[in-house]
Amino acid sequence: MASIEMRNIVKQYGDGFPAVNDVSLDIADGEFMILVGPSGCGKSTLLRMIVGLEDITSGDMVIGGKRVNDLAPRDRNLSMVFQNYALYPHMSVYENIAFPLRLSKTPDDEVRRRVTEAADVLELNEHLDRKPANLSGGQRQRVAMGRAIVRQAEAFLFDEPLSNLDAKLRGQMRTEISRLQRRLGITTVYVTHDQTEAMTLGDRVCVLRKGKIQQVASPRELYEQPVNLFVAGFIGSPPMNFLPATLEGNRLQTPFGPIELDERRAAAVQGRDLLLVGIRPEYFEDASLVDEAKRPLGSVFRARVDVTEWLGDSQYAYIPYDAPDAIRDQLRDLSRELDSEALRTQAIVSIDATSRIREGREAEFWLDSRKVHVFDPQSGENLTRDAEAGARLTQLANEDRVEQVQEAQSQGHTISDDSGTGAHRAGAA
Amino acid sequence: MRYLFRPPATDGAGLLSLPWHLPLEQWDPELLLEVPQRGISRHVVRFTAQDGHVYALKEISEPLARHEYALLGQFEEEGLPSVSVLGICVDRPGGQDAVLVTRYLEYSMSYRYLFSRPYGDHSADQLLDTMVVLLVRLHLAGVFWGDCSLSNTLFRLDAGAFTAYLVDAETSERHLELSPGQRHYDVDLARERVGAELLDLQFGELLPVDVDPIEVADSLPVRYAALWHEVTREEVFALDEQRQRVAERLQRLNDLGFDVGEIELVTDPQGGARLRVETRVAEPGQNRRELFRLTGLEVQERQARRLLNDLRAYRATVEQKIGTPVPETVAGYRWLAEAYHPVVEAIPPDLVGRLAPAEVFHEILEHRWFLSERAGHDVGTTRAARSYFDTVLPRTPKELTTPSVIVGGRD
Repeated sequence: MASIEMRNIVKQYGDGFPAVNDVSLDIADGEFMILVGPSGCGKSTLLRMIVGLEDITSGDMVIGGKRVNDLAPRDRNLSMVFQNYALYPHMSVYENIAFPLRLSKTPDDEVRRRVTEAADVLELNEHLDRKPANLSGGQRQRVAMGRAIVRQAEAFLFDEPLSNLDAKLRGQMRTEISRLQRRLGITTVYVTHDQTEAMTLGDRVCVLRKGKIQQVASPRELYEQPVNLFVAGFIGSPPMNFLPATLEGNRLQTPFGPIELDERRAAAVQGRDLLLVGIRPEYFEDASLVDEAKRPLGSVFRARVDVTEWLGDSQYAYIPYDAPDAIRDQLRDLSRELDSEALRTQAIVSIDATSRIREGREAEFWLDSRKVHVFDPQSGENLTRDAEAGARLTQLANEDRVEQVQEAQSQGHTISDDSGTGAHRAGAA
Repeated sequence: MRYLFRPPATDGAGLLSLPWHLPLEQWDPELLLEVPQRGISRHVVRFTAQDGHVYALKEISEPLARHEYALLGQFEEEGLPSVSVLGICVDRPGGQDAVLVTRYLEYSMSYRYLFSRPYGDHSADQLLDTMVVLLVRLHLAGVFWGDCSLSNTLFRLDAGAFTAYLVDAETSERHLELSPGQRHYDVDLARERVGAELLDLQFGELLPVDVDPIEVADSLPVRYAALWHEVTREEVFALDEQRQRVAERLQRLNDLGFDVGEIELVTDPQGGARLRVETRVAEPGQNRRELFRLTGLEVQERQARRLLNDLRAYRATVEQKIGTPVPETVAGYRWLAEAYHPVVEAIPPDLVGRLAPAEVFHEILEHRWFLSERAGHDVGTTRAARSYFDTVLPRTPKELTTPSVIVGGRD
């Protein structure tokens, strides 16, 4: 297993269009890295350059300390998991996992050792003698993973592996992949356009836009401390609400009333005529349900509710607001780029499921002003981002990962590679 | 629900009455057709017949179905050897996957059949070479297959040799030009797939003992590299050799089954020349088109060459007999009525459909030559045909009968 380092990677096509533009990214040994972004952001191209399917125009691709720019895909020893896997009906599950080793003429006892280990991790032991026809959908996918495991690849690569599965199997496989990655402690790069997949799977997530990295951070850092409007709008579902605002003293004037900023944030946003304030749906609440102790930490406003959506365990209210044309256009462009219907001049706010707020009526809402971010509408920059707080979140995620890998090791679940140190190195990364 | 059909697809209009709202697995078996010649599929695949034509139906997610539909359409227009796509059905109720409809490739054979039963000279070598020709042709056209395997390839007899067709383009990608990495990846995947598919046959005790799956699989990258080099290499030679070298190269490419599109010859002041040939990606079709023009018959390229030769011999004989020239279109018409049709129509009913009519005609010509050699004089087509129907054709197993003939017989 190995680390993957990218240094100033550029992919330029014949027409001069840079699909990937000066990307530098370090993926630690044993880390689960997600590449995410809307279509055309360059995420698949980047993965293909790691695999060796696309030539690299400039920059260095370094895997396990070795520059691989000019190596054929096969010599990079990486494994694209699930890519068009096939199950062979006359072969047992054991042989269906073992065949890559058979083809490389691996000795029988070595084949047995590796297949048994892989089957342990995948909980397929009881099925090894069966024919694949009797396996469930999830078990079939695990056989495909088994093949990848026995190869002892340097890293696993996934290119939107779940996009063509039905919803149920997709959820199941997400859990399987995550569990497996932890148990094996193998470096993994996973491409998806689905931010939910990105948030639930990755140790770190690399958000790409038009061939450039926007932010690389743990899911929580991306969510709580996004660097710009793009990341803020892309991560989270339902998405962050963006309201036009002007600054008066330490106060933002918004369509939902004034929002008080602390000294640090007020200083950071000075000197601009127009601002965008970003508020996640769950920073709102039905004012009548807010604890008295909490109430002074936010502001209260009245607004007419257009639609409510009650989902049993949660509830959303939709509140239209006015915005200047410039802001309206910008939100529409962003929405289009993110392939999202949601970013319109209508706030989506999360309220308690027991709330009696009803459609078509005016109601009183509370807004937690401690957590709002303020963006520069021109550059999209998050003016109130707290980089230190963000770094702490990513550090915590890394500590969790190390702990989980160690736990898996102590239970004897990890697969040893030839040197027997792969999983340890992963744990220490 | 929504149906997208490629014109001319009036032949598929009858398909509209099928129960598209139901999962394929729940379709009434009466509507479906058992087809023995098929490979392994990750998806639910069913076959059905309408108005004497057979169609393959595959359930896959809508984006994949649309992608494959578009690509197969392109391949067909460019003359790449692939199955022909008819249409897709999307927006099926209950969030069901889409269905991709392709025309069944008549008279095709699966690798399972071909490898598990060595027949005449259909050796593993020959099949692998055929597959490699297909892969090289796709790569020259900028097609990354992404799933090259024997299961995704169908073979068709063409005057004793084979032609391979791409059956599954679900994971294929179209590029202006493939990078070496993309080609290597495709070849590595093909090697692994072929190895696994043959191992699978071996486990099922379906593979002849003298075929070693690993050896065959390992030979694939070697064969590929040799053919790729042959069709793409630049040659440098002295100017005075030019004429001979160009002719040799073109002959060599033709022998390998490729047509040449354009030749680029760049000379240098030292008296040398550099030759680059642009190989046509489409299947060669000169003989096919010529035969179609003269007779309206649609057959494969090598079959067409064989039939045209017979037609020319026939014309010469007629001209000699009547002492005046016969226009080629007249000769075509008369050959069809007096030579080709009588033979094809004489195929005993229980043997119809095992081989394509043009392949039967080709085999009868071979058989005639063989009998004549033995007899020391020309035995004639009629006698050769009778002998062939009695002794040779019955050896082609009944399970090879092409589905449209089975359907025709049932109606």
